[in-house]
Amino acid sequence: MHRVVITGQGTINALGTNVLQTVEALREGRCGISELDFRDVDRLSIRIGGQVKNYDPEAAFNRQQIALYDRFTQFTLLAAAEAIAQAGLQFSGELAAKSGVVLGTAGGGVNTWDDNYRAVYEEGKNRVHPFVVPKLMNNAAASHISMEHNLKGPSFTVATACASSNHAMGQAFQFVRSGLSKVMITGGSESMLCFGGVKAWEGLRVMSKDACRPFSANRNGMVQGEGAAIFVFEEYEHAKARGAEILAEVIGFAMTSDAADIVMPSKQGASRAIAGAMRDGRINPSDVGYINAHGTGTAANDKTECAAVADALGHHANKLMISSTKSMHGHLIGGTGAVELLACVMAVKDGIVAPTIGYEEADPECALDVVPNEAREAKVEVVLSNAFAFGGLNAVLALRKAP
Amino acid sequence: MSESIKDQIVQIIADQAVLEPSDIKMEATLEDLGIDSLGLVESIFAIEEAFDIQVPFNANDPSESDFDISSVAAIITAVQGLVADQKGA
Repeated sequence: MHRVVITGQGTINALGTNVLQTVEALREGRCGISELDFRDVDRLSIRIGGQVKNYDPEAAFNRQQIALYDRFTQFTLLAAAEAIAQAGLQFSGELAAKSGVVLGTAGGGVNTWDDNYRAVYEEGKNRVHPFVVPKLMNNAAASHISMEHNLKGPSFTVATACASSNHAMGQAFQFVRSGLSKVMITGGSESMLCFGGVKAWEGLRVMSKDACRPFSANRNGMVQGEGAAIFVFEEYEHAKARGAEILAEVIGFAMTSDAADIVMPSKQGASRAIAGAMRDGRINPSDVGYINAHGTGTAANDKTECAAVADALGHHANKLMISSTKSMHGHLIGGTGAVELLACVMAVKDGIVAPTIGYEEADPECALDVVPNEAREAKVEVVLSNAFAFGGLNAVLALRKAP
Repeated sequence: MSESIKDQIVQIIADQAVLEPSDIKMEATLEDLGIDSLGLVESIFAIEEAFDIQVPFNANDPSESDFDISSVAAIITAVQGLVADQKGA
């Protein structure tokens, strides 16, 4: 068993185009949710989201790259470049042969599906661009990172809806911990803020028209976001030997399946995943200072999650802090666990716990310390990051302050 | 008409090769111009869009296709033929 540490992180999301901006927004409790801006938005009843605004693909990529990269791939590559630059790693020889990329995404190239369905169905075109398939496939982003950074080891993409990133990072963690790889690039990405993407979500009637207010009694649904976050998971001795800055240690992971319902969450399934991650990381409940909640802002998730946390952590559930940063960056679906891990790293590294903003009214069914509206300074040793997906697939990661 | 077909194809190939149209020699092969298999498929798509024609090209085995891509001049001649056949020009 090897120890696993994080030596690089990168992101682009509604709160910022890099980690510095994002962490600053999380600290200040700034909301990145705004009016959606894309074609046919006037035909939607849901018109808000955590959209990446003022983004110019041509500033980052050339014409040929843009022809091949869906928006979710572009976000991934930008985040990966930041993370790998921070880690200061160059991949060649044996290191390249054993280092890989495991990413999470729920929808992959949704904008590409949307644009091309529109072309053939709405505009009646009978011909589509030849890169439609390589652009929309779910593994496109992972593959482009591997090509860009010469990563030739185990690489694939995980799709478990809203838990995709946590499942992906859990796999990367296990590869490094088992000794299979010295370094893994991991995280997740999503970009389904387009007419078809949001229209599909509207159908479920779980989306809020005005704000994401997790744990607040007056919450009325989730708000979708987009973006990516990428991390460098590295074997501890490898990182130490080269004098890399260690941001945090990854100490535990567990996944469970509710085997119950395709959309309704289960307290038991969530609780078993939380308890499993603590067992895996040899964590006592009293060590846990902060939980980054799944906290979608739906009636069902938030009360079930609070019950699961109380179930898994017992009395200590009343002492720890739990917040949902989805209130700021929105729900990035398959990319959400990755962006939320930034808040977890901030908690153990900087001693600042991100708030749940938009919190207005206490809900007796969510009676935990949800860090309402303002970030808090605190010494946090261990954090958990929850992700509970549609389909009842749960994945929880545990981080500890850097050794 | 045929001069315009030539100019348009040279422009499409130049865009793909990231060159100026004046740098595209008639005898050049796509390989000479640094256009790989994906670039070729994208060029054929652009040609189909520009002239509203169907190009008989199978990326599995380009040499079996009834469409000569051995040089820029060959592509122009082939497209001129297709435009004449399919558009009755």
